[in-house]
Amino acid sequence: MSMTIALAGNPNSGKTTLFNALTGSRQHVGNWPGVTVEQKKGKYRKDKSIEVIDLPGIYSLSPYTQEEVVARDYIIKEAPSVVINIVDATNFERNLYLTLQLLETKIPTVIALNMMDEVEASGTKIDIPKLEKDLGVKIVPIVARSSQGIQELMETVKDIGGRNLASIPLDVFDGKIKNAIEEIKALGIDDWRAVKLLEGDEILMKTLNEEEKGKVEAIIAKTDAVVGGDCEAAIADARYQTIGKIVSKSVNKKGGAKRVETLSDKIDKVVTNRILAIPIFLLVIYLIFKFTFSEGLPGVWLQTIVVDFWDGTLVPAVIGFLENAGAAGWALSLVGDGILAGIGGVISFLPQILILFLLLSILEDSGYMARVAFVMDRLFRKFGLSGKSFIPLLMGFGCSVPALMASRTLENDKERRLTMMITPFMSCGAKVPIYLMFAAALFPASNQDIIMYSIYMLGIVVAIICGIILSKTMFKGNVSNFIMELPQYRIPTLRSILIHGWEKVKGFAVRAGTIILASTILIWFLANFNFSGMCEMEDSILASIGNAIKFIFTPLGFGDWRAAVGVVTGWIAKENIVATFGVLFGAGDEIVEAAMEGSDVIPGLTDVFTKVSAYSYMAFNLLCMPCFAAVGAIKREMGTWGWTLKTVAFQMIVAYIVALLINTIGNLIF
Amino acid sequence: MEVTLKQMRIGDSGVVVGIGSKGPMKRRLMEMGVTPGADLKVVKVAPLGDPIEVTLRGYELSLRKNEAEQIKVKLD
Repeated sequence: MSMTIALAGNPNSGKTTLFNALTGSRQHVGNWPGVTVEQKKGKYRKDKSIEVIDLPGIYSLSPYTQEEVVARDYIIKEAPSVVINIVDATNFERNLYLTLQLLETKIPTVIALNMMDEVEASGTKIDIPKLEKDLGVKIVPIVARSSQGIQELMETVKDIGGRNLASIPLDVFDGKIKNAIEEIKALGIDDWRAVKLLEGDEILMKTLNEEEKGKVEAIIAKTDAVVGGDCEAAIADARYQTIGKIVSKSVNKKGGAKRVETLSDKIDKVVTNRILAIPIFLLVIYLIFKFTFSEGLPGVWLQTIVVDFWDGTLVPAVIGFLENAGAAGWALSLVGDGILAGIGGVISFLPQILILFLLLSILEDSGYMARVAFVMDRLFRKFGLSGKSFIPLLMGFGCSVPALMASRTLENDKERRLTMMITPFMSCGAKVPIYLMFAAALFPASNQDIIMYSIYMLGIVVAIICGIILSKTMFKGNVSNFIMELPQYRIPTLRSILIHGWEKVKGFAVRAGTIILASTILIWFLANFNFSGMCEMEDSILASIGNAIKFIFTPLGFGDWRAAVGVVTGWIAKENIVATFGVLFGAGDEIVEAAMEGSDVIPGLTDVFTKVSAYSYMAFNLLCMPCFAAVGAIKREMGTWGWTLKTVAFQMIVAYIVALLINTIGNLIF
Repeated sequence: MEVTLKQMRIGDSGVVVGIGSKGPMKRRLMEMGVTPGADLKVVKVAPLGDPIEVTLRGYELSLRKNEAEQIKVKLD
């Protein structure tokens, strides 16, 4: 029997865990059209005719955030067969607030009462049959993390869906509110909309014509006076009063009303401690980066295996095969230096991204990230951001691509976009070889550490300044609230972590990968051909382009065609700049490899660059448009080409201005 | 005695009386359970001084001091 089921529930209620349990890895993750909200669809493992859609976590159906709008639009407009409302049994009252609103939409609903294991452990008793009677909805207890109760849940869902059993809103409101609702309905508006309009729903207001709007506003004003304040508050109040009564009848907390100290509380005593919080956090981040990027540890280990296989086995095998088949020189180059090198570039950092994501998924799913936002918020508010922006920005020091994807956790659209625009200013791992190359060539050994450190600081300072400027201009009026739940710490299930991590990697590989591949082939072509056919890089189209545009860079101190070409090849992957210089300055492979580590110097480099212009070049490459993979991620997260172009243009302008300042002021001083 | 949540100290508890401002913040606070009659208790302040954490309706809520200023509470 084919049907569509939507999962609706609060954030942290175990919705995603349930989604994973229902669909396994048969998921498709994308964005809801036109917004930066993630969309997850899948098929029920045991019956592929049942489509499951995971709606964003929401606290209510009022259109306060994009997530709420998306979720409610889906329920009202797409009318799924059944909505499974996940309720966190350890957090009843607030969860039921959404439940009551779902019932108001009359859509067939089944409640999945999750975290029953924790309820049992705490000694709290829940009278499910009584709850079912009071709410008028079938309730199935489950433990999503261990997939208990799922079978029964789906049987109930199929039953309710098959019978198309509409939900019945609870009788919540008192006489005055009810009168107001009836008055609005008299204008020809249905139940659900009438209630929402009385709540002051701006989006629904806009669907009314002038006359209707005037009348509704009058009814609201009248009712405001009658309820002694504000009908929106009166409605919320009425709902919670009803919830309070229902919960007190059916839920019996051990120890009564007094709050018992949980394990989470104990952990928080340490983790959000005045003195220990920040050092602990820095330690956690340090460990994560070390695990991912240091020699001898899983990140690098996995990467080495993959890269060795690719460069050592696969590429030679393919090239060898083609050679034997008699392929022409240009074809071998296209496949070898173009396609395989391009894919190889993507493949080479997949292992580390996977590990980084797995670790960050653990932090997020466990509940620790919420604490980080809590601790960092005050600092970030000064830069026009919030504590929640901290994690994406921090990840940018490893790689922009997962960092940009991580900005999805920000609730506020403006904040999300602003964070994404400045994330690439966090100097990523790929840019390090550039700095090492210049540091070794132009700066005395004693200064090299300072140079490295100062570039990182430059990125951070520019990000802060841009954050402040953008929040006052492009993203003005960003009044985001912090109001946020600090969920109980939970050990994420292995399955969740793997699915979470894998889905991010897959997303990256497919989308960013396509862009990287296409751009690699394009650049390969431009770098190896001119109008007479194949040639050396110095004579290629790319070199001509470099020569043509080098004047743009003259005020920045590096008006040389080789520098220009470097910038362009840097857009495939920033570390390519070193390899490109190797080719253009005629240095052999070993020297290039050594230069990437700062232990040798590319000959001729010092003829083209001075200390000041080298620093200006480093700053330019740090701040300008990031590699195509990151641009791909920006496009994916921003949602439209318009925003992507705005972001890129912004970064280019910032890069130009900063490099100009460095070159001009630097030459005056040094 | 009626105070704002911002004025409460760690360990203080009380009952919500109402919310000052109108608009998205108020709506959000109400959705999260900050409605008249709700018990709440101030648990902690973040290391940098802001935001604060309160226990409310059986869960932990964090909010900024400027948001807390809008919440009127009758102290226990």
